[in-house]
Amino acid sequence: MISAAVVDDLCAAVGRDRVRTSATELNLYKRDASTMDGSAGVVCFPTTTEEVRQCVLVAGRHATPFVARGSGTGLAGGAVPLDEAIVITTTKMNRILSVDAASCLAWVEPGVLNLDLTKHVAPLGLHFAPDPSSQQSCSIGGNVANNSGGPHCLADGVTSAHVIALEVVLADGQVVMLGGEDPEPDGYDLRGAFVGSEGMFGIATRICVRLSQNAPDVRTMLLDFATVEDGAETVSAIIAAGMVPAALEMMDKLCVQAVEAYIHAGLPTEAAAVLLVEVTGLPHGVAADVVRISAIGKQHGAGTVRIAQDEAERALLWKGRKTAFGAIARIKPNYYLHDTVVPRRKLPEVLNEVYRIVERHDLLVLNVFHAGDGNLHPLLVFDRREPGVMDRVHAAGEEIVRVSIAAGGVLSGEHGIGLEKRDFMPWMFSPVDLAAQAALRFAFDPDGLANPHKVLPSGSSCGDISHVPEGAWI
Amino acid sequence: MDLTAMAAEMGGDDPLTIEGAGTRGGRTPGVRCVTAPSGIDWIQADEMTVCCGAGTAVDALSMALAEVGQRVALPPGGTVGGALAVGRSGIRRLGDGPVRETLLQARYVDGAGEIVKAGGPTVKNVSGFDVCRLLVGSTGTLGFLGEVILRTKPLPASSQWFVAAAASDPFTLRRTLYHPVSILWNGATAWVLLEGDPADIEEQAVAGELTPVDDPPALPGPHRWSLAVRELQGLTKMAAGPFLAEVGVGIVHHSSPQPERPRDPAAEELRHRVKVAFDPSGRLNPAPS
Repeated sequence: MISAAVVDDLCAAVGRDRVRTSATELNLYKRDASTMDGSAGVVCFPTTTEEVRQCVLVAGRHATPFVARGSGTGLAGGAVPLDEAIVITTTKMNRILSVDAASCLAWVEPGVLNLDLTKHVAPLGLHFAPDPSSQQSCSIGGNVANNSGGPHCLADGVTSAHVIALEVVLADGQVVMLGGEDPEPDGYDLRGAFVGSEGMFGIATRICVRLSQNAPDVRTMLLDFATVEDGAETVSAIIAAGMVPAALEMMDKLCVQAVEAYIHAGLPTEAAAVLLVEVTGLPHGVAADVVRISAIGKQHGAGTVRIAQDEAERALLWKGRKTAFGAIARIKPNYYLHDTVVPRRKLPEVLNEVYRIVERHDLLVLNVFHAGDGNLHPLLVFDRREPGVMDRVHAAGEEIVRVSIAAGGVLSGEHGIGLEKRDFMPWMFSPVDLAAQAALRFAFDPDGLANPHKVLPSGSSCGDISHVPEGAWI
Repeated sequence: MDLTAMAAEMGGDDPLTIEGAGTRGGRTPGVRCVTAPSGIDWIQADEMTVCCGAGTAVDALSMALAEVGQRVALPPGGTVGGALAVGRSGIRRLGDGPVRETLLQARYVDGAGEIVKAGGPTVKNVSGFDVCRLLVGSTGTLGFLGEVILRTKPLPASSQWFVAAAASDPFTLRRTLYHPVSILWNGATAWVLLEGDPADIEEQAVAGELTPVDDPPALPGPHRWSLAVRELQGLTKMAAGPFLAEVGVGIVHHSSPQPERPRDPAAEELRHRVKVAFDPSGRLNPAPS
């Protein structure tokens, strides 16, 4: 139980009605969208920077860790509170503060939902480029914490490329502006360091994002292949030919079948793999790319090349991609979504290895992923009521991460490290590399109260104690 | 690329500075100077990545990349390490984005002589904290870049500079053109760089009343101002002397220095803590005494 003094101080900071300690609510806020559980001590809902600051000061006064939380859609346990931490939820800070269409930027509070911002600026011909599959429910504060990506980040870059300034409450209660509206703020790029820091450097309370022009022309294509290799090689060939489509997504057979049964879009359910390719830009360039991509696909054995004829068909094809995670419920009730990146040229061999791993562990896998940037998302599906299945899921997952690293890849492309991959960090980084990251964390939060025990494995810096929750994947 | 020689050279506890081609400010005078290795390790056009020593000349790298239809979004001249350490973009920033987006992985030598890796080799990576972003623009005060993996981009099918009609408003052009790569404005005339399919460029040029020119204008002076994009509209009132503004970006090339900007003491304290955490003895690229 968290002490009454902490709760009383938080009530004084934000008001009694915005501090929750009931068992039901603590239960809700002890997890994110991963399979891991922690333990929340108390949950509070500040509405202003000053209230966030007061909450952080309470945490410091009582030497109690705090965890910033947006919509809780993270998949790596980054927002899972440990040791009865104070959960500081930013969902009530959800105002779009200003939009400057001429400068293509907007100031938002961290609780604004990703898609809400894009909808808000759509009449101006603009959008917010990072588009995670959870964009209807994930918050921009969460995107900042995880440096989130999405299908359209192939051409446009992930969140870091679209955040130009941040007002941040540091763990000691100082409020600091990182970056700025001007292009070359003085000194180190602390904005860049903060994005992707998974809540361990402080809490972003106002965010200045870059808005992107909507493309005048968009063409969406679906290519199907008899083998996964053919599809993957088409991806590399498109990039090698000097094209960077707005999106270049792959789904394998089991995934296409699940999606087709769910949305009836006329997808080729007999194909081993389909590629969803979107080309955007000005009309002549788009038309030329469609011709070249079709030809490259045919050279690599594409069966059919379907080009969406209107906006409705385009939306339907994208619905297939974005609802893949919902569609899998038709196969098994639970899933574990992985996220690694490999060099594009290694996609065929790594995918085949993934199939072998999953077969060895007697599991099912659907692959639906950002092929254009080599960002794999193997989706292990299972029924967690089956005895021992979680052990197999975790063992298979660990092997998938290992083969990705062995192929010259990285631990995570867009979900982050959190708790899930914290203890895999030494697979990619030496003790010296990790010490540099720990030094950066120390500069932002010397006392280590902001979301402790995430990202960096214990031993990265002095005084770290490992707290591993039930269900964590170690 | 083997960095052990560079790391060995950086051993000891004396102050150290580093120099590439000396085109972006160069070394700290009176301090022992080291250099980073040069040379291209590999180019992978189908990955849109390149790996090279930080001492590699940007122009040599660009020529090698052009042979496989790629380019790197670093301003020309000097070395790769210098371009990254200084972090200042060229006049194509509106289209290319800032220099910091180019660095995917860095291997650098820290003040203790240790070889440290930041980031990762793939075009997408959120594994761990983003030390690469911190290194870009840190002017060698946190570590000396040894070897880097950079993001490359395909060369455009076509590229053309234009001058806008006399009555054109550059801020309107910014909104009406699609993804212009550069819009430069001297308070009276605007120049525009368009890239992509030749037919698209031609249509945009007609719609925007743009006339082809061979080159952009020369920069009016050595100084750079950094303004919020919206502040450029008032530039003719606030900036005496010739200037060339990057519309949509906020960089102003100017003959005189930018007036002092307000400083945020909290941010400065944080920057100091970062410096101390990375280089406790303060030996890396100290300010001239």
